[in-house]
Amino acid sequence: MSTFIIRGGTVVHAASSERADVLVRDGRIIEVGTNLNGTAAIEIDASGCLVGPAFVDLHAHLREPGNEAAETIESGARAGAVGGYGAVVAMPNTTPTIDSAAVVGYVYERARHAVIDVAVAGAITIGREGKNLAPMAEMAALGVRLFTDDGNGVQHGGVMRRALRYSSALGVRLAQHCEMDDLAGSGVMNDGPLAARLGLAGRSALAEEIMVMRDIEFVRASGGRLHFLHLSTRRSVELVAAAKADGLDVTCEVAPHHFTLSEDRCASFDPVFKVHPPLRSMADVEGLRLAVARGDIDAVATDHAPHTPESKDGTFDDAPPGMLGLETAAALTWDAVNGDAHAFFNVLSRGPARVAQLRAGELGVRRVAHGGDVAPGEDASLVIFDPSDSWTVDRHALQSRAINTPFHDMVVTGRVRGTFVGEPVWLNGEFR
Amino acid sequence: MRKSIRGGDLITLADVSRDAIVEVLDVAESFVEVNQRSIKKVPTLKGRVVASLFYEESTRTRLSFETAAKRLSADVLSLAVASSSVKKGESLRDTISTITALGIDAVVMRHMASGAPWQVSRVVPSIRVINAGDGQHQHPTQGLLDAFTIRQVLAERAGSRGSETGSELFHGLRILIVGDIRHSRVARSDIAAYLALGAVVTVCAPPTLLPADVSSWGVELSTDFEAALAQADVVGLLRLQVERGSGAFVPSLREFTSLYGLTAERERLLQPHALVMHPGPMNRGVEIDSSVADGSHAVIERQVSNGVPVRMAVLYLTVAGGEGDMS
Repeated sequence: MSTFIIRGGTVVHAASSERADVLVRDGRIIEVGTNLNGTAAIEIDASGCLVGPAFVDLHAHLREPGNEAAETIESGARAGAVGGYGAVVAMPNTTPTIDSAAVVGYVYERARHAVIDVAVAGAITIGREGKNLAPMAEMAALGVRLFTDDGNGVQHGGVMRRALRYSSALGVRLAQHCEMDDLAGSGVMNDGPLAARLGLAGRSALAEEIMVMRDIEFVRASGGRLHFLHLSTRRSVELVAAAKADGLDVTCEVAPHHFTLSEDRCASFDPVFKVHPPLRSMADVEGLRLAVARGDIDAVATDHAPHTPESKDGTFDDAPPGMLGLETAAALTWDAVNGDAHAFFNVLSRGPARVAQLRAGELGVRRVAHGGDVAPGEDASLVIFDPSDSWTVDRHALQSRAINTPFHDMVVTGRVRGTFVGEPVWLNGEFR
Repeated sequence: MRKSIRGGDLITLADVSRDAIVEVLDVAESFVEVNQRSIKKVPTLKGRVVASLFYEESTRTRLSFETAAKRLSADVLSLAVASSSVKKGESLRDTISTITALGIDAVVMRHMASGAPWQVSRVVPSIRVINAGDGQHQHPTQGLLDAFTIRQVLAERAGSRGSETGSELFHGLRILIVGDIRHSRVARSDIAAYLALGAVVTVCAPPTLLPADVSSWGVELSTDFEAALAQADVVGLLRLQVERGSGAFVPSLREFTSLYGLTAERERLLQPHALVMHPGPMNRGVEIDSSVADGSHAVIERQVSNGVPVRMAVLYLTVAGGEGDMS
């Protein structure tokens, strides 16, 4: 392990910040202060940059096993490192589904050589079919802390209620993809006047909000911990905030595409803008931005969803839903928090780390703890973020195997200079 | 708004200006005369290749387009999708690339997915794309031929040629569109064309068959079908697309007919001069009674025969850019 010193950045703590150097030795922060003496250390210049805990993504589809043409754990982890992530939670909608200890073990094995820490979410039900509970305790014993049928919501109320009750004894959290299939129907974009004009079938906001309402009441009635994935409407976020105020153990995330892009993009019929839940109205986009800036949400999560070019090449109706997110999330979040560095690290690192319950030394989180303070004694999960660097997103310049970013050609401000998972992983445009 | 479709694609009427529509109608009028000759052919598109690519079966639109292309002396390359490599899983992109490699100038395309023609124009921007109906989105040539038919009939009654009237016959014209507007690409194109030309458009349908927020389209919404019929100068009926599940949006076809069908009894409410239109294929006895379809108000056969000159005009303007020998 190496010794390095990050000089001259603004170190962002949970409630304060300071201009300071950070000395790291053997994966641990040794000292934080001005003009540190760092002889024999690798010097890293962070002037003009923010230094905080590396980001944690609660929601990444790494596609392995089963769809390695779109992404692998290795390529997805590289995308995460470039995006400033020290850890990502891999979603279980793979082939086969991550619904058993055996598949969890396989993914951890594949993740051992990834450049950043990869945690795994297990499925709530076998095959994500929404019928029979998956062996959550067996997976939890391997370190799985988050369970979800993401891609599908658990439709059947009885099954979801049972899953919440069962999991409440395991110290884990369930995560729900909120969309009622019977209301979302075969919809491909936000339901409303624009969908009607374009002749595209709509997925209504109600399909999401009604499941949010339902599941909040399940937690109220039966206990359990629940995380709401990729909330896309203002009303959904309000519902979760009200449930929190009632003292329920619920958390939620929003995705950068939902607080950056509105449904208007679908007018191009370009399938790169197809995602579930769909891009919503401008009013929802504004509502979500406000929620991110005010800290009404626990996490910004990418819902990074790589798809091969050929699968996104057909019609809007036929294309699979989902878009890339890991390499653009930080800049887009920076734009939403209006320069509030504390809010920035809260939603990208500290909040999601709490939800994910990442612990050092557990399987899948092999190196360091994430989302902690930048202080002596803490693990060196760190990111250097340059808030003033403007750059143009180029889908062909991404680490991801896929190119389906909806932000191609967009000029964004804020770029990750360095990502550290115990030691430098990505630094000044190069992998170490 | 596009001032003309010359040299461009025709995918939607939503962005086409009044002048551009009038231009198509005027050109179509000159092609009507060609269709009445004994030798119904002009050399306008000689040497050009028009591919017709129908992912969704359609007898009348396909025949109409192919007839139009042939009367303009274009070579027509007709891809039978149902028995082609598409059936073997070839993507839209690859199919387009393949037929492009054969050297085509234009593709006339029908697809079950809204927006599919845009996909094609993105892949092969050098080829003209003419939308022959995409999903529930647009059917622009139907909108144009419906507008052409209205102008033709009204001009005849006024003893003039349509091209002498521009769009003036549409100013204040009350057009009622009835039925399954939600799932209808014809309704979307008709409404765009009629509004651009200056007509007053009213829609009437069960609430479940109305698109979300249809009033934002610039149309009036009527809940009283019979009152709306009595005021209409033109009544446009739509096919209830039972085969696409539209039946589930009403309790029964019988109930739909009893509330929104143009029955022989309701026909009596029409003003004497009112026109009844239908894009076909009709569900006789559902949205329209047989006697009405074959009655004195109906101009449904004219719609069909006007399909050819209107599509000739569209091909002439888009593919030849409005240049070349029209006679």
